[in-house]
Amino acid sequence: MKVKENIPQANPVECEAPNMGKSGESGWKLLRYLIVGVLFGIVFVKAEVISWFRIQEMFRLQSFFMYGVIGSAILVGLVSIQLIKRFGVKTLSGEPIKIADKEFRKGQVIGGFIFGLGWALTGACPGPLFAQIGFGYSVIVVTLLSAIAGTWVYGKFADKLPN
Amino acid sequence: MEQLIEWIKQPWPWYVAGPLIGLTVPALLIIGNKSFGISSSLRHACAACIPAKIPFFQYDWKKETWNILFVVGIFLGGVIASLFLSNPEAVVVAESTQRDLALLGITDFTSLLPADIFNWSNLFTLKGLFFFVIGGFLVGFGTRYAGGCTSGHAIMGISNLQWPSMVATVFFMIGGFVMTHLILPYIMALVGF
Repeated sequence: MKVKENIPQANPVECEAPNMGKSGESGWKLLRYLIVGVLFGIVFVKAEVISWFRIQEMFRLQSFFMYGVIGSAILVGLVSIQLIKRFGVKTLSGEPIKIADKEFRKGQVIGGFIFGLGWALTGACPGPLFAQIGFGYSVIVVTLLSAIAGTWVYGKFADKLPN
Repeated sequence: MEQLIEWIKQPWPWYVAGPLIGLTVPALLIIGNKSFGISSSLRHACAACIPAKIPFFQYDWKKETWNILFVVGIFLGGVIASLFLSNPEAVVVAESTQRDLALLGITDFTSLLPADIFNWSNLFTLKGLFFFVIGGFLVGFGTRYAGGCTSGHAIMGISNLQWPSMVATVFFMIGGFVMTHLILPYIMALVGF
């Protein structure tokens, strides 16, 4: 029986939301991501998903709203990716679309749980933090800086944590 | 036209917001082969500003500039929505949630975030320590340890049928339930509500 060898990764995953684009992008081409971000931020505010109360409703199972938002977002994402794969849709610059697979690590359990604790406390995942600050809750800058600090501390001890 | 503006100013229902958020996935892929993810921007911020020779931050963050612009866009989206599309009415919170939170000491249900907690005067108090500093730290540490947040795992990962993302999402939810039901009551009492 051939045992599949588990080759440890020499380098940490370079980036979890990787840039698979081959052709370099600069200047105004990068502005397209800013525009998508703006639209995305507007949706966040208008659906009130940046609200601390919406997150409380969700974790208290007292409203369907957030489950509806996340569920229908996944459904649309799922159908889109299936269509992209089925029809071999290419990027605007003609590259084949590639999506990196997510590897299982213990961090998804431990880190996921830790993030969940913070999510219920702050009422925000990273995306809404930016929209909350933009909306006018300037004190959330402190939460964001603390989140950056948390990321840094993880990076500092990444090789010592179970993974 | 006026009716349209009026409609946009109302809070959008989940079946409008959810699909629009979902469309971000193909939009980023088609524009330039980018996988939807937000918490990575926090890592890029570390890599760009305070890498401190830590291997985890030694990578070409400039290649991920798109991700930084994406979150700057989310910030600007918040500004635009607040200036031009703001809903004048108070936020509608489920009555049962209002009751539960009132028991914990929350009194202000008018804006998106409870003013009892989220204001500058709470910064150097226990409220600030727990809700801004510790809360933010858990979000940053946890998402990076998990390799993604609600966008990268729950939406992008599950959309691409990645089972590790499903595991991560389940544990996001477990963490949230534990905080809300088991820990939050103690924190609220401790910080003086």
